[in-house]
Amino acid sequence: MAKVIVVTSGKGGVGKTTTSASFSSGLAMRGNRTVVIDFDVGLRNLDLIMGCERRVVYDIINVINGEVSLKQALIKDKNCDNLYILPASQTRDKDALNLEGVERILNELKETFDFIVCDSPAGIESGAFTAMYFADEALIVTNPEVSSVRDSDRILGILAAKSKRAVEGLEPVKEHLLVTRYDPKRVNTGAMLSVVDIQEILRIPLLGVIPESESVLQASNSGTPAIHLDKSDVAEAYRDVVGRFMGEELPMRFINEKAGFFKRLLGGH
Amino acid sequence: MTREEPAFKIKTGNISVLQLHILTTDLTQLKQALTVRLAQTPDFFASTPIVLELSGIAESGLCLSFSDLVSFMSGHGMCAAGVLGGSAEQREDAIQAGLGLFSDAPVRGVSKRDAEPVAEIHEQSELPGFSAEVVEPADKEVAAPPARPTLVIDKPVRTGQRIYAEGANLVVLAIVNAGAELIADGDIHVYAPMRGKAIAGARGNEAARIFVNSMEAELLSIAGCFKLFEEGIPENVRAKPARVHLDGSRLVIEPLNG
Repeated sequence: MAKVIVVTSGKGGVGKTTTSASFSSGLAMRGNRTVVIDFDVGLRNLDLIMGCERRVVYDIINVINGEVSLKQALIKDKNCDNLYILPASQTRDKDALNLEGVERILNELKETFDFIVCDSPAGIESGAFTAMYFADEALIVTNPEVSSVRDSDRILGILAAKSKRAVEGLEPVKEHLLVTRYDPKRVNTGAMLSVVDIQEILRIPLLGVIPESESVLQASNSGTPAIHLDKSDVAEAYRDVVGRFMGEELPMRFINEKAGFFKRLLGGH
Repeated sequence: MTREEPAFKIKTGNISVLQLHILTTDLTQLKQALTVRLAQTPDFFASTPIVLELSGIAESGLCLSFSDLVSFMSGHGMCAAGVLGGSAEQREDAIQAGLGLFSDAPVRGVSKRDAEPVAEIHEQSELPGFSAEVVEPADKEVAAPPARPTLVIDKPVRTGQRIYAEGANLVVLAIVNAGAELIADGDIHVYAPMRGKAIAGARGNEAARIFVNSMEAELLSIAGCFKLFEEGIPENVRAKPARVHLDGSRLVIEPLNG
């Protein structure tokens, strides 16, 4: 049975789209048929990060409005065979997304794919709500700072109360915590919350910690999901995340400060 | 089709009123004392309805000329609305003088909005010589037990969520995060860290209590008396088990040493 996974956070700029790109790529690299949907209608970014912006002809709104078929709108990823992207529209607003239309698309995608990753827009408005409504599992992306954690808490509350699973009284949405832009050095100086602090507040299982890294920006600018970067902590951290999601028991890395000469040379803070 | 507008409605409402406790049947003495007292704050009573509380003279067996007292009071801007307590004869006299009879029956839960001004009235009562108070339930036990079964929540209560236990106690077994709100007409128990707002006795039950496993609250309130923690939570209860109750108009937070 296909799984719908929403990548959400409440707050903007915490790494939802970066995570959606790398996480869906990671699933596909393991041989899972995966599709990633950009729900950020009006501010589409996923296609840029996946490096397929020049191949976008149709988008999710065209499909919802019945103007084109899903097949016509899906874009095959350039790096992974099993990965497809359903881009958001840049010219419409969020109200063009309606629950019935999205449900129809998801049901159709479920016939072909193993995993459907929904990249949620920031906020708690209709776009974010639509992205999370049909989710079976949720990746809660949080930065180690108070406002981000607070927003994640809000989103978790909405998931627990208003998602389809909650409304219909089914098994609740499975929640995973993903801490991104983690800088152990600044955690140690007290400038950032620690993973323990965050878990103490949110109290959901930790799926992984992605270290703060310059390479994420480079990856975004070059249109390559960070998981494909060579010799990068971020790529390894995302691979661990996918591994744990698939049920592997992997030790949590990148949560302690690295004292190594090499790291300092390559530019810490 | 037009519908006829109703000309009136009859509803019960819980309001707080000033009570004048009469402690003597000597009308001359009473008038004198009132005159002295009113000279200090001439505008204190501006057509304020006042209930004459007679329990202090009920045992005396003597009667009071209510019509005389009422006209004296109205001359000073006080509007006697009726009597509370007193002996049967005194109450009979009050009726003759055109006063209403307030029953001693307990007044159930003052609604939250009404409950808040209580604090103000308590402040006014600091004026020497007067004690103003809400019509209190004569028998606390009647007002205390909420009618509905306790509402038990076993999932985290998160930012932006509000839980209301209407006419009931509320028990939360999971974390209550900052920005979450717990409201109960009865008591609130939180067997996990309490970081949000807890509003107990929301309809004015002053006997309501709050118990938390780890006191980290943003706001605590009982029967409309609330406390914020801008300066942080007092050291002796911070992140510790604590209980909260109302002492008059003061919210008391104490460590829970079981």
